[in-house]
Amino acid sequence: MIDTNNEAKPPTVIEVRDLVTHYGTRQILNGIDVDIVQGEIMVIMGGSGSGKSTFLRHLMALQRPTSGVIKILNEDVWALPQKGLFNLRKRLGVAFQGGALFSSMTVGENIMLPLYEHTKLDRMTMEIMARMKLEVVDLAGFEELMPSELSGGMIKRAAVARAIIMDPRILFFDEPSAGLDPVVSSQLDDLILRLRDAMGMTICVVTHELESAFKIADRITVLDKGDVLFIGTVAELKNHPSERIQNLLNRRSEEAEINADEYLRRLMGDKQESEGMAR
Amino acid sequence: MVVRFFDRLGRISVAATEELGRYGVLLMESGFWLFMGARIGQPVRVGALFAEMMEIGVRAIGIVGIMAAAIGAMLAIQGIYSLKIFGAEGHVVFGVAFSMVREFAPLITGILVAGRSGSALSARLGTMKINQEIDALEVMGINPVRFLVVPSLLASLIMVPVLTFMSMVLGLWAAGMYVNVALGMSLAAFFDQTISILSVQDLTHGLLKSAIFGILIALIGVINGFLVKGGAEGVGKATTRAVVQCISAIVVTDMLFALVATL
Repeated sequence: MIDTNNEAKPPTVIEVRDLVTHYGTRQILNGIDVDIVQGEIMVIMGGSGSGKSTFLRHLMALQRPTSGVIKILNEDVWALPQKGLFNLRKRLGVAFQGGALFSSMTVGENIMLPLYEHTKLDRMTMEIMARMKLEVVDLAGFEELMPSELSGGMIKRAAVARAIIMDPRILFFDEPSAGLDPVVSSQLDDLILRLRDAMGMTICVVTHELESAFKIADRITVLDKGDVLFIGTVAELKNHPSERIQNLLNRRSEEAEINADEYLRRLMGDKQESEGMAR
Repeated sequence: MVVRFFDRLGRISVAATEELGRYGVLLMESGFWLFMGARIGQPVRVGALFAEMMEIGVRAIGIVGIMAAAIGAMLAIQGIYSLKIFGAEGHVVFGVAFSMVREFAPLITGILVAGRSGSALSARLGTMKINQEIDALEVMGINPVRFLVVPSLLASLIMVPVLTFMSMVLGLWAAGMYVNVALGMSLAAFFDQTISILSVQDLTHGLLKSAIFGILIALIGVINGFLVKGGAEGVGKATTRAVVQCISAIVVTDMLFALVATL
């Protein structure tokens, strides 16, 4: 666990400054500043439409923001030439929400793919490395199966094995608990903690599952409507005096506070007003 | 009303230009990976190329063969029927040979491969996109164009002409069989006459055209796959769009090619 009060802080591996994103005229991120330090598990939380998935796509260097700076491992992602970005990506691992395993390849081939593309290792070494990573994620012996033969939890763990095959410095998880039952979800949380502790990876997790976030996070960033609402430890978040944050934590939407007439008026919009005037 | 019409026209023109630009960029990027990939340590995998050649070419032999034979026989039937009016049915070989080699073999092969592989390519890439597999390739530092597009493009470029050549032979054979039955001309005499009628230029015309069809099929399939939005419905729409665009592009290109070649 990272001690956020410790003065000798580990180096920052991800530095985000004034990140702004527009989709057309709609502003998604409104100038976000976040630092993620080496060896920590940073959980990015927020409700639907808070901008957390867009934020993750920026961090994974998959989408260029409208403005702002993202430095990963001290390199300005969008200022890098193509080759620099290519080399940087080799030091990142991503476990996507649905696993994103290639359906035409076996689990073993999926896991070996980065090795096959980026190294000159012989086939046997690659197979051994793939089996080692499968053991890390408790999927030993599943290398010959096709992704379609795996359960949802297994697919996510196989995706983790593929993400860590190149021993990345930073690992990203997109909604790791989504679609999983509580037991499998908890196992995946344990795996994330194990990866941090055993392999010293910096891990960034995007999730909306509170229970999971509280279990794994060293620090939490809460996004709301494109703004950073909070950055701090789990304890700080739980005891935060802000009503807005407590509402988010208690899953009490601001909408619930609106009375029925107000809600109806909002739904009907101008229509109701014009009808009223006509009457 | 008029403003809205021109506004709509402008938007359509911009969208069409943008899409044409995408084809150009994709073709150039594919060329870059094909010729420069090996130099920067990221070659196009030969295994993937052979897998695509198998899928686009070898697995299409049956249906392309049957259709080519049917078209060849149909040309012979119609040719004899029409020429009989002038008592010139013996000249049917001229019509069949030129039509099959210059037009029908490339056209029917192109349309069949478009329906089979263009749609499959679009559906495959579209599904990969919505499953975030293309994102996964990018974050693994694997260029999707090199990994997914170039093998399909190259396989299509090689296999469509190969299938076209097969169509020519099978179409002519089927036509020869019918002529043999209908006019008593032996198959050897039919092919002898065919060879004497056709020039290398006719054969090149058909094969070159089919190579262009091969590129068009792969590019249209890929672009539509990459542009998929939404879920399964988006994949369905992209697949339909790919087939319609492929067939339209093939027929229009065929007409333009025929026009230019016969000027």
